Amino acid sequence: MDWKARIYLWEICRGLATTMKHLVHNLLHRREMPTISYPEEKRPISIRLRAQHRLLPRPDGKPRCVACFLCATACPAQCITIEAGEATDRSIEKVPTRFDIDLLRCVFCGLCVEACPCDAIRMDTGIYDICKQDRASFVLDRERLLKTAAMPNTIDGPLPKTLPGIKTMGGGFDRHGRQ
Amino acid sequence: MGFPVEPVAMVAKVVIIPVILMTSVPLWVWVERRGSAFIQDRLGPNRASICGFTFFGLLHMVADAIKAFTKESFVPSQAHRFYYLIAPGVALVSALMAFAVIPISDDLMVGTHRIPMSIAQVDGGLVYVFAMASLGVLGIILAGWAAGSKYPLLGALRTAGQMLSYEVSLGLAALGAFLAFGTLDPNEIVRAQGGTLAGVVPLWGILVQPLGFILFLVAGFAECNRLPFDLPEGESELVAGYHTEYSGMKFAMFYMSEYIAMITFASLVVTLFFGGWQVPWVSTIRMVSVIGPLSAMVVQIGAFAVKVAFFVWLFIWVRWTLPRFRYDQLMRLGWMVILPLSLANIAVTAFVMALVG
Repeated sequence: MDWKARIYLWEICRGLATTMKHLVHNLLHRREMPTISYPEEKRPISIRLRAQHRLLPRPDGKPRCVACFLCATACPAQCITIEAGEATDRSIEKVPTRFDIDLLRCVFCGLCVEACPCDAIRMDTGIYDICKQDRASFVLDRERLLKTAAMPNTIDGPLPKTLPGIKTMGGGFDRHGRQ
Repeated sequence: MGFPVEPVAMVAKVVIIPVILMTSVPLWVWVERRGSAFIQDRLGPNRASICGFTFFGLLHMVADAIKAFTKESFVPSQAHRFYYLIAPGVALVSALMAFAVIPISDDLMVGTHRIPMSIAQVDGGLVYVFAMASLGVLGIILAGWAAGSKYPLLGALRTAGQMLSYEVSLGLAALGAFLAFGTLDPNEIVRAQGGTLAGVVPLWGILVQPLGFILFLVAGFAECNRLPFDLPEGESELVAGYHTEYSGMKFAMFYMSEYIAMITFASLVVTLFFGGWQVPWVSTIRMVSVIGPLSAMVVQIGAFAVKVAFFVWLFIWVRWTLPRFRYDQLMRLGWMVILPLSLANIAVTAFVMALVG
């Protein structure tokens, strides 16, 4: 250390200048602060975010699921409970009479979506703030899963790589979702 | 028998000055929390609101006060009850008492009465300040010992070591200023700083005692237990230091005494080195003749408040700039750097004063 560093005072003054620079800059540019005021201001989510599940419907409103159990087999957390029943439509053979997902067990790995041969289950609802008062309501049944809508601005069909009109991370947007 | 000016003024001072000191504490806590947040590129506390108005987070301080007042008054079973209960009081009262002799403006003339604008006029007033400031360590040791728990005890021991070491340097650094001004009366010291050097630079104490000022400031940081010398606390190794076992209003009293000690120390720096209530380039006589005694007093109190506010802000500013010292580094700095330098400062000042006077 040379004598300037040894007496501390000069370096302390430089440190004070640095902190004051941050203070003044942040006072003058409140909007540029990296903080996201969470409940009011939400961070844009990727369309590939694995959020709460939903079951996709056929055109007549019944689930696409054919109760093949591939998702329940793939599930490492064993949170999917399926009971199969006979379908009235002969071309389908099987339908789930019961399809429950226990969100408290789910690890949001997305293997069920990968496993599904019918594109019947997806995790594209964009719901990630899952808060409930009791354990029972964390178990989503068939009707709840069917009713849950996809993330706004997504379209039914296979997930495309990019979608117009969706704010995603890293697409020229800052972390507040501003362009 | 006319209007009892002097007793009324006395009571007014005794009531108003401590109340302002204590009510300014939440404000400083707010400045500290928001200021630190902005320094660290955060927003800081801004959630508490009444009807959607947050008042820049000021309501958090109201919420904190309500919380402190309504919390259960809890005494740990292993604590020494009597000392445990009086320790926060000792800390707070000693911090408040030290402010008593600091003049916040020039003497106010009401008719023929001359009212000094400090609570107490003690002979050798600044020695009294140091006496009271050193009582503060008593409250901390008492708290650490009476809590009957090992972490507060360790924190209190470290505090005792730190405060006793730096008190020596603090007194010696101030001694240079006392020598230069030739008096211990704070009001006289402030009056002596009224002139200007060549009509431009205010003749404040820092011009006479630049080294004394730096040493006094550093020692003062240690005395107030503020970063970079906040060893009494130490979340990583001591939980919270001497006030680990305290909660509710008793904890809030320690918190308040810390901030009041900061304000008192800032006023001491201002009194000794930055002209106290002196408004630069304008003497009291000139100001009184132009705007009257009462407005002159208000202006002087304002000048004093601005200077003190700057130094309290400096405390906060430094806290969020510097990392803390290790205990051995602290002791080495105190005994091997600050102390010899303040002794040398005294020797040189005494020599020069002997030559001049």
